[in-house]
Amino acid sequence: MTSKTSSERSPRSADVSRRGFVGGLSAGLVGVAASEVARAETLADVPDRAPGADLSAHSERSRFAKLDRIPEATPGKRNIDPSDAINSKTPHQKLVGNITPTDLHYERSHSGVPDIDPAQHRLLVHGMVQKPLVFSVEDLKRMPSVTRIVFIECTGNGWENWKKADPDLTVQNTHGLVSTNEWTGVPLKFLIDLVAKDKGSTWMLAEGGDGAGVDRSIPLTEEIVNEAFIAYGQNGEPLRPAHGFPMRLVMPGFEGNLNIKWLRRLKFGNAPWMTRWETARYTQLLANGKAMQFQLRMETNSVITQPSGTMQIQPGYNRISGLAWSGHGKIAKVEISTDGARTWKQAQLAQPVLSKAQVRFQMDWDWDGKPTRIVSRSTDEQGNVQPDRQSFIAAMGTNALFHYNAQQTWSIDETGRVRNVLA
Amino acid sequence: MFSHDKMILAGILTFGLLAAPALAFDFGRPATPAEIKLWDIDVGPDGKGLPDGSGTAVQGKQIFADNCAACHGDNGQGGIKDRLAGGQGTLASNMPVKTVGSFWPYATTLFDYIHRAMPYPTPGSLSTDETYAVTAYILSLNGIVPADGKVDKESLPKIRMPNRDGFVPQPEFDPAKLFRRK
Ligand code: HEC
Repeated sequence: MTSKTSSERSPRSADVSRRGFVGGLSAGLVGVAASEVARAETLADVPDRAPGADLSAHSERSRFAKLDRIPEATPGKRNIDPSDAINSKTPHQKLVGNITPTDLHYERSHSGVPDIDPAQHRLLVHGMVQKPLVFSVEDLKRMPSVTRIVFIECTGNGWENWKKADPDLTVQNTHGLVSTNEWTGVPLKFLIDLVAKDKGSTWMLAEGGDGAGVDRSIPLTEEIVNEAFIAYGQNGEPLRPAHGFPMRLVMPGFEGNLNIKWLRRLKFGNAPWMTRWETARYTQLLANGKAMQFQLRMETNSVITQPSGTMQIQPGYNRISGLAWSGHGKIAKVEISTDGARTWKQAQLAQPVLSKAQVRFQMDWDWDGKPTRIVSRSTDEQGNVQPDRQSFIAAMGTNALFHYNAQQTWSIDETGRVRNVLA
Repeated sequence: MFSHDKMILAGILTFGLLAAPALAFDFGRPATPAEIKLWDIDVGPDGKGLPDGSGTAVQGKQIFADNCAACHGDNGQGGIKDRLAGGQGTLASNMPVKTVGSFWPYATTLFDYIHRAMPYPTPGSLSTDETYAVTAYILSLNGIVPADGKVDKESLPKIRMPNRDGFVPQPEFDPAKLFRRK
């Protein structure tokens, strides 16, 4: 994957070298891209046109496009048997734009993916309410709906780099636990009104229908009541089983774990339940041994996806591109440094920039061929700036495990090899 | 965000209109107390939701050996899955070991979690008494209840876990302050 390919690519114009670079972006495709370049060196080499395959009910990816998530476990536990995996990561190094393809949206579960027949699925809404109600999937689909593009991020995103940086990690390894999809469903507020929630209820328990019955306490702040929804649609189709089919909670901007999948119960109360997932898990151990609890919002974050870990670049023109997101709202700006965080330039953002959704950024770069480090930092509309590694670790220590949002640095050596480093 | 919402909302809030457009009750059906009871399994830190019944650590030892040790190790340590005992005093070190004994702030959470999620292959297969017993056993492995100790819905919420004061709320969502105003 990281072998030098310059000999295979030698004679070419500026145009071709750009294509070579683009090919090099997809670490897994380097070989394919290089041979394509070689084979189509003149237009005469481009294969003749011919009638193609029959139309089909379901379209698959090109056999030349190799895109896969990778199942992994806790930091350092990679290349494992899928039965030992606890998450599956999005290949950001091979993706473009803002939206994650549905089948490549990251996945995290605590008892596998249940096989739920929607006809037999029910949502119970009860507790401090006037009218406890039971809803079917069809009931939800008949209600007024909202559609919104948001990121969902596992609090473990970035956790490979807390203590050390393995130089051979890709951005999929380091940042593959965040994705952005369009979700469709019923506003939580609508259900709250249907069951006539008591005014005194300030917290809600959301529980999944998976083997673990994953459950989290959710504070009913104005923001959450206004923005949370119970989704049955994902990028225009029913939810995929891995993402909660037939219904899940979507909590824009908040911990992935709060976006309860296979949702089967909402209970209204007036204090948190202190479930396993908000005590033993998803709390952040600080240097003094105390753990930060209820750090529910996902932070201001960004990462350069091209070029990124294990890629190989050439001197001259390079396009830097990546993704930025914030649980506080819209990304206001992304800055990129190509000299190890000494000087910064503002990147272009793909419009429109949406609140609590990932946005693609990019910038032109002329690499002089000297070893350097590239890094991005985002700022959101509330003025939150993504912290540098040093001040981040000073505040959180190295044991927190969750909520890592320090700036990601990639080092580039004199051969153009891109590696994961701490700063 | 959308206009029907407000219409229906108004219909629900104004009792006089409830029967008229019949919008509200077009959605879903009332939940019966019996079926709510079936699903209402959550347990709070004050013990609310804990069922009747009890179990001892002695009983729990055998239940653990039969149902849990294959993954969690004979004494809740050294298994292929999460370690459940030990680790006290490691939280501020460079190699923190988080277990029920070293990290969990509430004993009620242990009952709730085992009841809903364990044993991993067959959650819900233990009876209430067995769940109490295995809870008592894991607590005894951590020196939190004596080896011949017993737990039930009265005693479990009164247990003071070693790391009870080990958590600091993130200020934005501090439960003690969040809904104080107004
Ligand atoms: C087939 C393997 C398996 C068996 C058998 C099993 N568990 Fe587990 N247990 C797991 C896994 C896997 C996890 C972690 C799940 C997760 O992270 O969401 C776990 C987590 C736990 C935890 C939480 C640990 C922590 O610190 O968060 C407790 C407590 C627990 N199990 C108790 C039990 C008890 C009691 C039994 C027997 C009644 C049991 N387990 C049987 C696999 C198993």
